[in-house]
Amino acid sequence: MQSKRERSKTGREKLQRTIEMCKSVEDRSLDPFLIDVDEVISTVREYFPEWEIPEDLCLDAETIHRLASVIKLQSEWVKHRSTSLYTDPFLLEEKLTRIGKEEIVETFVNAWHPIVEFEQISLHSLAEALRYWESLLPLKERWKEFPPAELERSLATREELIRQRILRDKAFSEELENFWQELKNHVGTKGENGKIRYWDFVGAETYDETVNKAFMTSFLVTYGYATLEIHPLEEEIFIKPYEKQTAKIGKEQLVSIPIAVSAEDWIKWKRGELE
Amino acid sequence: MSKRKAYYTSKIKRAVHMLFYRRHKKPGVKGWELRKALGSDYPKVLKILDDYLKTLDLQVKTVFEEEKQVEKPTLEELDKARFYVTLRGELTPKEAKMIGWRIDDLAGLAIAITHVISKKGKAPRKEVEELLRDKLPGWKVGFNIDRYIRYGYLTQDENEQLYLDWRTRAEVDQKALIDLLLSK
Repeated sequence: MQSKRERSKTGREKLQRTIEMCKSVEDRSLDPFLIDVDEVISTVREYFPEWEIPEDLCLDAETIHRLASVIKLQSEWVKHRSTSLYTDPFLLEEKLTRIGKEEIVETFVNAWHPIVEFEQISLHSLAEALRYWESLLPLKERWKEFPPAELERSLATREELIRQRILRDKAFSEELENFWQELKNHVGTKGENGKIRYWDFVGAETYDETVNKAFMTSFLVTYGYATLEIHPLEEEIFIKPYEKQTAKIGKEQLVSIPIAVSAEDWIKWKRGELE
Repeated sequence: MSKRKAYYTSKIKRAVHMLFYRRHKKPGVKGWELRKALGSDYPKVLKILDDYLKTLDLQVKTVFEEEKQVEKPTLEELDKARFYVTLRGELTPKEAKMIGWRIDDLAGLAIAITHVISKKGKAPRKEVEELLRDKLPGWKVGFNIDRYIRYGYLTQDENEQLYLDWRTRAEVDQKALIDLLLSK
């Protein structure tokens, strides 16, 4: 009797093999009927109760996905066979090897209607080109018109760098702490149970400002000033500030949570449609 | 000359310029370009031109986007189609030689196209090379396939699968080719 672990291992191997086989049928245009769809489905069904971890379920889903592509290829194959263009490749190959080069060419030219195109200069385009040539200044004169710009070199001041957005006027950590304070105030006034809806916090008067707030919020979460509470079924995201900064890095596995802050969402939020 | 006749004569001249002289990297003109230059009745202009070209053994060939011949195309389908002037009849092998094709190369092209058609429009390059190697010297096989790709008869994907490309669709009557080969 196989243990559960061994059974799962065998199942995984079988699914991997099926995926590889389906892939090679797709990539190398092999006969799609080489895959026994019924057999693959019964294998998938047989091992499905064994899968508990997400990786195994993904493998199961990929097998079904690959199998669907093979079924599509099988359907295309049947369709092609029913068209007037279908010819048995073996029959054709046999013909091609049997007949000589001259005969192949004779046949081909009967079905070949090459494109006709001219490559010819017209008097009009020649005249145009001459006019252009006459009005064209010699290189020596043209290059004179664009002397290399002389660059003045001097030290840039801190104010200039801030104006050019190379430096920020506040240190980032200071800015982040102020933003954290802002979050806490927001939660105090507009939030419930120590948290606030994500959009109610990042949403601002302009889209630029909203994106900037979303950007800063991502740092609040990454650096342990706040956390996200996600309710996937309700499709709700809350942001919850911590009282003290908590160091998460290195202690636990960090995950990235992508949150789209699109202009459409921002407009919906402004109209109060984003619940 | 009546006003109407003069109108179509000038449109036909414009259409000839556009169709015969290459405007882009690939030859041929898109339907919407013709509509822009000739007006919305460009299909009629092309029909008159096609009738005129018949006497010169040429034709206006329409290649639709979907790769299939459309019986009664809509204006939208025509706008997206590409138009070429092609030979209406057939060349003799001697004439083919005159337009720059060696008999070996043309035979190789015929074999490659036929093989891809028989494999539902997609065949591994290796298979085609194998077929060509039977009658062409090995050093020439890869070189020739690259040339067919460069000319637009075939195209190749990252898995080295060969497909028919735009020039085959414009120039080769695929059904006639298969029928002729099978009747040999």
